Amino acid sequence: MRTQTAPRPSAPSVENPYLPHLARITRIHRMVPDNYLFQLRFADEGLVERWTHRPGQFVELSVIGTGEAPISISSSPTRRGILEFCIRRAGRTTNALYRLPTNALVGIRGPYGNGFPIEEMEGNDLLIVAGGLGMAPLRSLLWYALDRRERFGTVTLMYGARTPAHMLFRDELVSLANVEAINTLLTVDADPTGTWAHHIGLPPELFKKVELDPKRTYAAVVGPPVFYKFILKELLDRNFSKDRILMSLERRMKCGVGKCGHCSVGYKYTCIHGPVFTYWDAINLPEIV
Amino acid sequence: MKILKIPKGDLDLFVSVLPAFGELYAPVRRGSGYAFDRPVTWSDVELTYSRTILPPRKLFLPPREETFRFDPQAGFRDRLDEAATKRVLFGVHAYDIYGLNILDRVFAQGKFPDPYYLARRQNTAIIGIDSEPDDRHFARSMNADFVDSGFDLFLSDIGDAFLVLVGTSRGDDMAVMSGCLLDEPTEADFAEYKRRSSARRAAYRTHVELGDLPEILEMEYHSQVWEELGARCLSCGSCSMVCPTCYCFDVSDEVGLGTRAGSRVRSWDSCLFKSHALVAGGENFRHSRASRIKFRFYHKQRGFVAEYGRPSCVGCGRCAAACPAGIDITTVIRMIRGQGDAHPDRPAPVGA
Repeated sequence: MRTQTAPRPSAPSVENPYLPHLARITRIHRMVPDNYLFQLRFADEGLVERWTHRPGQFVELSVIGTGEAPISISSSPTRRGILEFCIRRAGRTTNALYRLPTNALVGIRGPYGNGFPIEEMEGNDLLIVAGGLGMAPLRSLLWYALDRRERFGTVTLMYGARTPAHMLFRDELVSLANVEAINTLLTVDADPTGTWAHHIGLPPELFKKVELDPKRTYAAVVGPPVFYKFILKELLDRNFSKDRILMSLERRMKCGVGKCGHCSVGYKYTCIHGPVFTYWDAINLPEIV
Repeated sequence: MKILKIPKGDLDLFVSVLPAFGELYAPVRRGSGYAFDRPVTWSDVELTYSRTILPPRKLFLPPREETFRFDPQAGFRDRLDEAATKRVLFGVHAYDIYGLNILDRVFAQGKFPDPYYLARRQNTAIIGIDSEPDDRHFARSMNADFVDSGFDLFLSDIGDAFLVLVGTSRGDDMAVMSGCLLDEPTEADFAEYKRRSSARRAAYRTHVELGDLPEILEMEYHSQVWEELGARCLSCGSCSMVCPTCYCFDVSDEVGLGTRAGSRVRSWDSCLFKSHALVAGGENFRHSRASRIKFRFYHKQRGFVAEYGRPSCVGCGRCAAACPAGIDITTVIRMIRGQGDAHPDRPAPVGA
């Protein structure tokens, strides 16, 4: 077949994309049981300076001797030198991470994935809708927008968690409730302690509290499958265009660089083509949600 | 392209220069089949063979490979030294060279080339040889029965000699080093090549129609065919182990007793295995067997086409030969095209 056949591979002096860089755990914030916030700093100071990422990207985190896991970046690239990851204790690698003390060394490689299409989103209104652990990747976008506030129209955050105790970044987000730059709408399904001062009810109810202009708004939505179902309905009922709804998927991104095959969803690799997909991409991919 | 010829009787003399280019690997007998391995003597090498049990992929993406040594304090040190061995892979059929060219698109190109694969590719010379199709080959349907790149030399039988296509400067070095063994071909040699090559095209007995297959797969996504295949499939992964273009791998850290130092190892994996799409926390995106076998077909015949412009299949027939449940890709394609019996009376699977 006389088509785009591969050229003879060039010199093998390419960078090794599988090589983890050593990083030190500088802080462990026990935010929510089994959902700690880990702050890391590269051992190589040059890398601390060089490192940059896009909101919505992820890294491969190595717990040396245990393995690697894909972890979304919770800090914003606007805060140089700070790398934060909200990590759920879920599998072998994250369980091993929870056993490590502050100052221990781990491995980091990346950043991987497409991230949010920031250039396209700037100049528009921004609606961030998070459910449960979906706040972990969206916090990067949230702080990017707040630090580059002049580049966006109105910025709205809707976040729903089961109870106040389950809310990631709770103190930080509650403090945003009185900040003028952002319309912060927080809700919990239930409040067993009776001390929650914000909305109580399911996340779709928050849509009653805002005016949205679907023509000039990008919606970034991350949450559990059932959450997508209800939030997408709210957005589509308001005539949001399918390519202005952005979602981030979680799969088994083992290599992060489009080789190992584990994160494939339909025809795409989550690690290369995603993890951020438009709703239009999503409905055209089998097995996506 | 430079074209030479070598009398068949001189081939063993020519082969004697190859050690200068690396360790020789060639098809040799292995049980009732064939395997690419190191021949003890030239007479072990089978120049006429149907197909090897495993494709040449094993020499570029080994079944098990140490990628790093690690130490909790010192970090990671790569094991690229393992990939530096010079090798000559002799006697590769066109469809298998095509399989490597397809792997190149994933592992040698794009934003993240794989240095282990690249080094092995770079350090391994490839000498192709023409082949006669048997009932299981359908390389012609997959446009992989001829290649025009991906080899250093390619030998085609023209009777009492081989016509030799010189694909690279390393291939030319081999020809030059062998002295005056290789000669200029004549018009009559070209005529004989053309006659034999069209006869070989005509010799393919198994065909599938690729034309509108991606669209038909879109239409048949909810077809009952996948459930029927899922009921027969044993999830053994044999089809992916013997596939020239399957490349899924798993990665694990191995540590010794009483130490935190160890190795990071990658090994072959298969999308037919239940753990393939399992994520931490227990969610499995392809829990049913039917969803996994469907995924394999869609990835090769639909997804890869969307991404790289052609299916990741070369029509070697190994998957059908290896399947203990008798699942044959050519039958599956006919089934979803509505041309085949959904319950074909399959013959017992035969060895490669």
